[in-house]
Amino acid sequence: MNVIELDHTSIAIGGRDVLIDTSFAIQQGEFIGLLGPNGAGKTTLMRAILGLLPPRAGSLRVFGRPPRRGDPQIGYLPQVRTVLPDLQVSGFDFIASSVHGERWGLPSLTAADRQAIETTLASVGATDLARRSLSDMSGGERQRLLLAQALLGDPKLLLLDEPLISLDYRYQEAVIDLVRRFARERNITVLFSAHELNQLIGALDRVLYLGNGRAALGTVDEVATAPVLSQLYGTEIEVVRANGHIFVLSRGGDVERSAHGHDHGHDHAHGHHHHA
Amino acid sequence: MTMATIMRTATITMLDYEFMRNAFAAAGIAAVVSGLVGYFLVLRGQTFAGHALSHIGFAGATGAVLLGVASVWGLVGFTIAAGIGMGLLGERLSGRDVAIGVVLSLALGFGLLFLHYYTAFATQATALLFGNVLAVDRSTIATLVVLAAITVLGLALIMRPLIFATLQPELAEAKGIPLRLVSTVFLVIVALAVSQSAQIVGVLLVFALMVGPPATAQRLTTGLWSGMLVSAGIALAEAWFGLTIAYHTDWPVSFCIAMLSALGYFLTRGNLVPRRKARP
Repeated sequence: MNVIELDHTSIAIGGRDVLIDTSFAIQQGEFIGLLGPNGAGKTTLMRAILGLLPPRAGSLRVFGRPPRRGDPQIGYLPQVRTVLPDLQVSGFDFIASSVHGERWGLPSLTAADRQAIETTLASVGATDLARRSLSDMSGGERQRLLLAQALLGDPKLLLLDEPLISLDYRYQEAVIDLVRRFARERNITVLFSAHELNQLIGALDRVLYLGNGRAALGTVDEVATAPVLSQLYGTEIEVVRANGHIFVLSRGGDVERSAHGHDHGHDHAHGHHHHA
Repeated sequence: MTMATIMRTATITMLDYEFMRNAFAAAGIAAVVSGLVGYFLVLRGQTFAGHALSHIGFAGATGAVLLGVASVWGLVGFTIAAGIGMGLLGERLSGRDVAIGVVLSLALGFGLLFLHYYTAFATQATALLFGNVLAVDRSTIATLVVLAAITVLGLALIMRPLIFATLQPELAEAKGIPLRLVSTVFLVIVALAVSQSAQIVGVLLVFALMVGPPATAQRLTTGLWSGMLVSAGIALAEAWFGLTIAYHTDWPVSFCIAMLSALGYFLTRGNLVPRRKARP
């Protein structure tokens, strides 16, 4: 079954088209790396899948029907995380706020809810964060917490928007492995957006490159080629392969690193530009 | 007479006066409401909105007095209208401190204009700006009880989505929470709380009850429920203790409450309460 299906779909935000007449399909259980230059529409595509942004033209189907807001089958890790820097709330309460957060009335958790939160926290190695205050956590620790939250509630589709930002390299590997293992065990479809292809190569089934209003979905060998990427980036691109790594270069400079290098080490809470 | 007897006599005397009993009741109600609502105001980083609402309420209160209506209804009406306006403008308003600042001064200016046409200028102005809890009568307490009940019920009704939308707005939106509706209803609740708090400490000092106690509570606990309860408890303690100090010293009540509020905050802000540092 196709989990995500675009059929001659156009998606626009703020009067600007980020996808024009695009068609592709993603199957159940696939791990898709979502890449492309800044502003290519990675976040916008996820918002459309979440039902927050209806397509301008064509059809978009998620689990075989038009996307609907609040679909419990979708786990989401948003990119723009407005975590107030002085938030004195424990990690547990932070995650718990999302459990049935759409219901009116007073917040309450059942024993099963608590158990589910504890189990998910343990699965990402974040048990120790439950009792800590958010204001005392580093960017990486907050990220781990958000990842746990996205995995909560048995999702069938995971939309992870730049989950590697503000993590050090060692932990980036761990996050990729973790998501990969978690998704494979449960046959979950993953859309994992990232700045660099190389880290994901070992984990992904197919790669979805966005750029210039177009999308290219396929294996790394099919998509990460000079002609395909040149078209998506709108500039002449060279693809160099060395030791199983792939470097996407434009006039001798590494496109992925130079375009995104400034993200690493930035505290995300302080107004990060976002992909529109 | 021993010290203890003096203290006991003093306490009994204090509550023997009806105006003091009324003051304790009114201050208690407003403090608990302010502590609860203020907790979310601080959590959401919207304290400036609370400040704005109180200033706008001043214009409403003086306007009401001019029209011969009880000032509290002017406060309630104006702050609710302003709260709805701010809620509907939503994102577009955030970060526009200059615009809010200009509207604030305009509101205070209008308040002054309305007072200008009112004869009992000085007393009325002081009472509205700095509160006059010792003049609270039984009918005001009845009004406060009704307003407090509405405020707390409203807060209870939206609490779950409010917490979600506060902590994780992007995810809450994706999960189908009507962010703007929640935010607007919350600002109406804040407007009601401001109106009550202003009856006790005046529009200029609502922060003493609405921001000081929750900020202090946040320093003491990281749990949401415990935070709310501690915040309400601190507000109540500060209000009642402030009244007691005022009774014995003859200092203005609002000053005593403001002083305790600041004291509580700075005591917990310092290194008296050990806190873990962020790991790199």
